[in-house]
Amino acid sequence: MPLTSIDDRVVRVDAEAKARGEAMYVADYSFPDMLYAYMVRSSVPRGRILDIHVPQLPDGYYFISAKDIPENGRNELWMIQKDWRCFADGDVRYVGETIGLLVGPDRNILKYLLDNTKIDYEEETPAVTIDDAIALKGGPIYGEDNILCSLYCEKGRPMQEIFNEADSVFTETLETGFQEHVHLDTNGAIITEEDGKYVIYVSAQCPFYVRKSVAGLLGLNPEDIVIRQVTTGGAFGGKEHFPDVLCGPLLVAESVIHKPIKLVFDRTEDMLYSVKRHPSKITFRTALDKEGSILGIEGTIYYNCGAYLSSSYVVLQRGVFHANGVYDFPATYLKGMGVATNTFPSDAFRGFGAPQTLFAIETHLDHIARKFGFDPAEYKSRYFIKKGGETVTNGHIVEDVKLPEMLKQIADASDYYRKAAEYGIGSGKGIGVSFYNHGGAFTGNGEQAIIKAHARLVKTGERVLIEVGSTEMGQGFQTALRKIAANALGIDIEMIDYPNPDTSLVPDSGPTAASRSTMIVGKIIEDCAKEMRERWDEGDFSVEKEYVHPEGHPWDQSTFRGDAYLGYGWGAAIVEVEVDRLTNEVKTVGIWTSHDIGHAIDSLIVHGQVNGGVIQSLGYASMEKMENRNGHFRQESMSDYVVPTSMDFPKQEWFLVDNPYQWGPQGAKGMGELVFNGADAAYVDAVERALGITVTKIPIPGEDIEEALENV
Amino acid sequence: MYKEIEFRVNGNKVVYSGNPLTRLVDVLREDLKLIGVKEGCGEGECGACSVIKDGKLVTSCIIPVGACLGSDILTIEGIRDTEKGKCLITAFRDGGAVQCGFCIPGMVMAAYALLESNPNPTERDVRIAISGNICRCTGYDLIVESILLAASRGGELWQQ
Repeated sequence: MPLTSIDDRVVRVDAEAKARGEAMYVADYSFPDMLYAYMVRSSVPRGRILDIHVPQLPDGYYFISAKDIPENGRNELWMIQKDWRCFADGDVRYVGETIGLLVGPDRNILKYLLDNTKIDYEEETPAVTIDDAIALKGGPIYGEDNILCSLYCEKGRPMQEIFNEADSVFTETLETGFQEHVHLDTNGAIITEEDGKYVIYVSAQCPFYVRKSVAGLLGLNPEDIVIRQVTTGGAFGGKEHFPDVLCGPLLVAESVIHKPIKLVFDRTEDMLYSVKRHPSKITFRTALDKEGSILGIEGTIYYNCGAYLSSSYVVLQRGVFHANGVYDFPATYLKGMGVATNTFPSDAFRGFGAPQTLFAIETHLDHIARKFGFDPAEYKSRYFIKKGGETVTNGHIVEDVKLPEMLKQIADASDYYRKAAEYGIGSGKGIGVSFYNHGGAFTGNGEQAIIKAHARLVKTGERVLIEVGSTEMGQGFQTALRKIAANALGIDIEMIDYPNPDTSLVPDSGPTAASRSTMIVGKIIEDCAKEMRERWDEGDFSVEKEYVHPEGHPWDQSTFRGDAYLGYGWGAAIVEVEVDRLTNEVKTVGIWTSHDIGHAIDSLIVHGQVNGGVIQSLGYASMEKMENRNGHFRQESMSDYVVPTSMDFPKQEWFLVDNPYQWGPQGAKGMGELVFNGADAAYVDAVERALGITVTKIPIPGEDIEEALENV
Repeated sequence: MYKEIEFRVNGNKVVYSGNPLTRLVDVLREDLKLIGVKEGCGEGECGACSVIKDGKLVTSCIIPVGACLGSDILTIEGIRDTEKGKCLITAFRDGGAVQCGFCIPGMVMAAYALLESNPNPTERDVRIAISGNICRCTGYDLIVESILLAASRGGELWQQ
């Protein structure tokens, strides 16, 4: 049946094959004569490599390292810059840095060889934490000051004037920890050769990133390498740039061995030796008048980037641009610094820098509100930014901000005001609230200046093929994009095909990241579909379009001034907890959220995204503790690093407000990251109220709550 | 000491003559090519490799094949075309339970084991039944609802 409205219910296209166990993830593929690869990694966080002792290799076994990169190639992965080496050479900068690949046919023999490969190091003192990096522990890792990247932005009068006029200044430092993605499908890739070209099958978000990143290793052009995304079992940012770290060494190995080679991490490798969410340390100094009203906020934001830049500068920018939350304060000065340490490089993770600063500002405002005897929801709502309000980058909010309506929805549903008044501080019951947003798509004019996304529709008979580089990783994009196209074409969704992308067949639509796919690529496909509908009777043809930037969004990337984002998604969350007074165990008894994502393309998919994002955020706040001691992660399995189960949180009550977005397909904005950005702070607020403690650091698992109670 | 380990997988006789300490998940995935059985953690924590062994839900990554002597093993491949399997799979599809999908075959097996023993579960029963199966995408609500949907849609099917 032709789709007549975007609100029509459709069947999710990938669900049945996945539920039947027929979908092929990377581990499920094999090729004739296929070899296996194991990574030889650094076991020390910082030092010189003195010698590498590889056991005598049986016939058909190989050790591949930096020495195998040809003369016209360069030992670098080209992410945003080219600083991350494919193979460590001479020195190592973090535990788990790739030194080489052992390749061969028998995995048991490879494991034996791996266990017996010994590397001699001259160890150096590592810098692991943000404080270590600032103190230049062990000497600078990067430049003279370990600052890999930095930026600032300011709004309103100079903060010094405001501090001079203030009745009081409230200063506090908030911290967030590492977070591991734990996509159930671990990282993996298989390289082979077809028709004289290197072909990589990979579990990844951004196939075009991979070919750009690795081609230089062999002195090739990106077009010389074909990337085929396979069904990807979750990513959450962990497969944005990180697949490059597997595909680079595989490409070098392939150039030597010329047989199919498979590299799939087991869970311990994926946990210990993959990118993480950036830990942060954020200090706010807030100038207040004698009634407790905010005159201005100064924020100093540090992100722990690990040993290489990867996407950290962009993550930091997003962190700074979200650091005053959903509020319009009279003045702000925000400075962000990304520091180099000897930990595994931090990289993209759902929210991309925004969750850290949003947690910090929300929790900071809770503390100010409580200090002056205000209810946090009431206090925060005084400062809600409105349409036309000035952002921290001196841009303006171009859409209606429906936060008051959203707060009313969840406050009514949860009976927030009654409970907030009735549950005394430290009573064992607590209800907490948070507000958040997420800027859609790339920062500033990045979509126009850097990405220049293309998308194409191909009509053959009555069928239409979507050709884009965007990927399905579980978020439902293959269904959402088909739905957008079917709706604009006025045809049955069954008549539309959208296979996993192959970079030799589809145009580059930019990465599947930054909550941009529906908003940006969906819009291009909608425009292609509208043209195709008008020309439908012309027979077989294709329509390809490039992204067009909406007028009226000034942005200066050199000074970070202007409209940092084309539009924002908005969120509000309330979480209620009860504490067992004997064990101090915290039990979450209610979760209520409201989100503004423009207009939903598919309410069932959105429902799933909301539920999943909120639970990941509650895990981030409560139980997902990843510690690094002397450069080594301590949690190496799913028994040590605990993610939420079906028993940890109750069923959620969720709402949307409809607020169609002018430039999105059918009024849709991005939403995949927004739904991660705020439930953590609501949980912490609830825990603080229930226990009468002050939390300045997440996660706060049971043992840390005990410690906090002892300090009350 | 048995040199050959004989058991049944999805109703078919299997004779395994390798190392009895080989993990069941490896025999299922690599020897029998039953790739619907996923490996997520390798230590029995995530449930992606869940199968039903002699009527009980187990994680095949921590079962040595030697412990399967004489057992009946049921995997997703063995139930997906049965009436009960189809009932579950369509309920998962219609109920929005599937995102990345990696945990879903294991979830379907957990749901199957639940409904076989308890055809009218409560929400709490379902949450307990899938508590050994980790899903990183959905936050579980729609999986729980889909299993309840399968219970109500299947009705008498689950009494059989």
